[in-house]
Amino acid sequence: MKLTTNDTNTRKSIRQKHILDLDALNQSDIELIFENTDSMMEVLNRGIRKVPALRGKTIITLFYESSTRTRVSFEQAGKILSADVINVSSDGSSTKKGESLYNTALTLQAMKADAIVIRHQHSGAAYFLAQQMESTSIINAGDGMHAHPTQSLLDLYTIKKHLGTISSKKVVIIGDLLYSRVARSNLWGLTTMGANIVLCGPNTLLPQDFQDNRLLETNHPFRNIQIEENIGTALEDADVVMALRLQSERQKAGHLPSLREYSRRFGITSERLKVAKPDAIIMHPGPMNEGVEIESDVAHGPQSVIESQVTTGVAIRMAILYDLITGNHSEKEL
Amino acid sequence: MAANVLIKGGRIIDPSQSIDEISDLLVTDGIITEIKTSIDRPRNSDVFDAEGKIVCPGFIDLHCHLREPGEEYKETIQTGTAAAAAGGFTTVCAMPNTIPTMDNQSVVEYVLKKARETAQIRVLPIGSVTIGRKGKQLSEMSELAKLGVIGFSDDGDPVEDPNIMRQALSYSAGLNLPIINHCEVPALAEGASMNEGWVSNRLGLKGMPNSAEEVMVARDLSLAELTGGRIHIAHASTVGTLNLIKAAKARGIKGTCEVTPHHLTLSERLVMGPTEDSFVPLARNAYDTNAKVNPPLRNQSDVSAMVEGLQNGTVDVIATDHAPHNEVDKTTTFQDAAFGISVLETAFGSLMTLVDNGHIDITTLIKKLTADPAKFLGMGIGNLKKGSNADITVFDPSETWIVNSQTFLSKGKNTPLEGTLLKGKIKATFYKGRKIY
Amino acid sequence: MVSGRIRSLHPLSQSRESAKGANASSYQVGVARLRNASCRPRRRFFFGKSSFIYNPSATSTNMSVKKIQTDVQMKRALTRISHEILERNSGAKDLILVGMHSRGVPLAFRIRNLISSYEGQTVDVGSLDIGLYRDDISEKPQATMKPTDISVDINGRIVVLVDDVLYTGRSIRAAMDAINDLGRPSQIQLAVLIDRGHRELPIRADFVGKNVPTSQEEDVAVKLAEIDGLDEVIISSPIT
Repeated sequence: MKLTTNDTNTRKSIRQKHILDLDALNQSDIELIFENTDSMMEVLNRGIRKVPALRGKTIITLFYESSTRTRVSFEQAGKILSADVINVSSDGSSTKKGESLYNTALTLQAMKADAIVIRHQHSGAAYFLAQQMESTSIINAGDGMHAHPTQSLLDLYTIKKHLGTISSKKVVIIGDLLYSRVARSNLWGLTTMGANIVLCGPNTLLPQDFQDNRLLETNHPFRNIQIEENIGTALEDADVVMALRLQSERQKAGHLPSLREYSRRFGITSERLKVAKPDAIIMHPGPMNEGVEIESDVAHGPQSVIESQVTTGVAIRMAILYDLITGNHSEKEL
Repeated sequence: MAANVLIKGGRIIDPSQSIDEISDLLVTDGIITEIKTSIDRPRNSDVFDAEGKIVCPGFIDLHCHLREPGEEYKETIQTGTAAAAAGGFTTVCAMPNTIPTMDNQSVVEYVLKKARETAQIRVLPIGSVTIGRKGKQLSEMSELAKLGVIGFSDDGDPVEDPNIMRQALSYSAGLNLPIINHCEVPALAEGASMNEGWVSNRLGLKGMPNSAEEVMVARDLSLAELTGGRIHIAHASTVGTLNLIKAAKARGIKGTCEVTPHHLTLSERLVMGPTEDSFVPLARNAYDTNAKVNPPLRNQSDVSAMVEGLQNGTVDVIATDHAPHNEVDKTTTFQDAAFGISVLETAFGSLMTLVDNGHIDITTLIKKLTADPAKFLGMGIGNLKKGSNADITVFDPSETWIVNSQTFLSKGKNTPLEGTLLKGKIKATFYKGRKIY
Repeated sequence: MVSGRIRSLHPLSQSRESAKGANASSYQVGVARLRNASCRPRRRFFFGKSSFIYNPSATSTNMSVKKIQTDVQMKRALTRISHEILERNSGAKDLILVGMHSRGVPLAFRIRNLISSYEGQTVDVGSLDIGLYRDDISEKPQATMKPTDISVDINGRIVVLVDDVLYTGRSIRAAMDAINDLGRPSQIQLAVLIDRGHRELPIRADFVGKNVPTSQEEDVAVKLAEIDGLDEVIISSPIT
């Protein structure tokens, strides 16, 4: 059992009041979240999964985009910590100019919730909400194509759990990078934790400024990311393979000729995985299109950690809720 | 009130006459009567002390959204023209994307009537190219021309159908009036809310690439060549557009373009919020809807190219594209927010930063705001010649001030320059000799 | 012909836009450095000897420090406590020692080792973190949470909680709540090295190393070799 000196009078918490994206968390913030997650994992392994840490606190989940798994994950996280969780969902069509979001924000501010978890189909929605709030912590559960920090944190934790460390590991992210908020958050998180990142996918689904190197400044945080078009080369000696979901809308928007061709060029098969490290892990944020971006035998195979990502998701969200609501946050201005 | 005033001791810059001297200027009955080193004050005349300031023709804005009729909660002709006067403008051209559209005589007449009654400055109407700006059927251009429209535009939207554009150019050529096109290929810009580039990638927003504008610019220039019509590219924003126009002019095509103050001074970075550094974490005030405009704020290299184009004459005029919005339309997610910036009251101040940094000289700036728009309109305004209307702007080139949208006369408080320190302030605006600001 | 290519995002010469750009990684390192600085303990010199002061309240006011137990005294106290535990429970059967994070844990292990040497029986040891059970978060929290680690079934067992200092009793109340969520022990007993009084709840220790009367301005700190490098108990009092 590792024993450490922790004799400061204040409990360590992450610096910010909100979790909007991983560009704002540094390595020690992330490691703190991991430490708290360890404690939460222990709670999840008990017979009675309940602790009173957030008793009397109110958490509101505001989901403008339908999502069962993420919302249930947050709801469970809050309830295990004994918080009162209130679910608000909207049908998602923002034809009313998002006035509803602003008015909702004012109402929620008046209710003095302790934390709001928001998912919205527009990028920046969580930032907009955070601007309207004074004392409530905002957790971004996915805003448009921009960020999904809690998913990324659970991905990072999963990597650390299975490989011991994230630093210097070769992490290959394959698929639709242009539309993926999980990928964007992971780029920040993995860079902060020192991983070697390789991106692989069709040109049409790669952000333009990654492709033509237009944007290369000496201090660009992503300057060490490699882009590889051939999946064989990309997977060589990979420690972690992250598959991204490919939606059929991409084909309709003209990005791809067909899902079949995508699968032939970029699908993750056990054959292709032979060049990766033998103890490489396969991850997927879900839900999966088996047969398109990932073969079934890989998805359910021995190297896949996809199912464990679900439990970890609850623990990470518990850790985040616990820290945001009960911690002291030194940097009030994000 | 008598429209007699003696403007004393100012540095008079009139690009149309190549005047740049410290002199007095006399206005009698709303007409400029004399410019001389020292004029005695006549009886019955006001005096305005312009010492230390610059005196120039009143600015002309070819592209302004006054929102009346139909969207008076955003702006009215009265508030819009008051704002224009505060910005040093004495003439504005009203874009027809009102509700109902200015596609027929009665709506244009309404606008002109309202302008006569409530506006403090000259309001020139722009007719729409097609009925309802739907892009299907041409509006009755000749009838509109009789009412004095200075051109036709479906601005807000492009004229999407190339054949309609061809017909429009051809038809309007006969009236010697330009088609002013908002160049944006819808299929390339669909769903986009800002410029496509590293910022849109960082923010996870769908962007519209430069090509969305340039493809249509190329098309329109080609159609102008084909038909001999006059095409004016509204709010040009990319270096590619400038190159196309330059080449077209060299071939004798009647193509002109305008650039807005914001496309000359602001880049796409502003959408990330007022952060200094590129890669620090996004703050809560990222996704600044006040920086959402169409065409979007572009890459820094495009901005630099526009400034260069201004100095070397590729850019014909500066026009504001003043697009006021109510808070309701801007206080929302970035994707849902309305496109547009309230420009009139910050235009001059922001343009003066270009002069301050040595990118352009003050005479060129004034020329692009006065003589050149007048030339485009084919009207005898925008100058301080004897016998011209006394539309005069007086400004202090070194006075600094902080932008505070709450003090705007415009109803539109939507500016990304909130809190910015600008140097160069309008001190007085005269319209037909009367001091209106 | 090699299919596919690896492209790196190579640095370009600085564009005008990046002229003011900060180095993101140095930004983060800078902040990390700041954080570590605030956690570093300060050295103070008293009577020619150097000793580390871990009393946070001493950072701004002047405190005088007195040692109230030496390592030998601590060892004797723990020996006595171990015997008392065995005596009270008639042996080591069904016992489980649960140390409270952080310093209760090495103490629990020491007691286990002592019991082992007397009875020849190895008693189970677990560790408990009460971070999720506090009623008042700001009351002397630990800097970081560690997971609770009690890998045996506590139902029907005798749980002996072990902690370094007993003060208001709130931590013990939280510990009892935590224990109850993990199972139903037949008894919960409490062993502490130092009891400094000032209870705010009706809680008492079954086994006490030393009773130390204190005032509320004072602070009692137990140092253990496993964590602090040495064994001693010190009391810090403000110099008035």
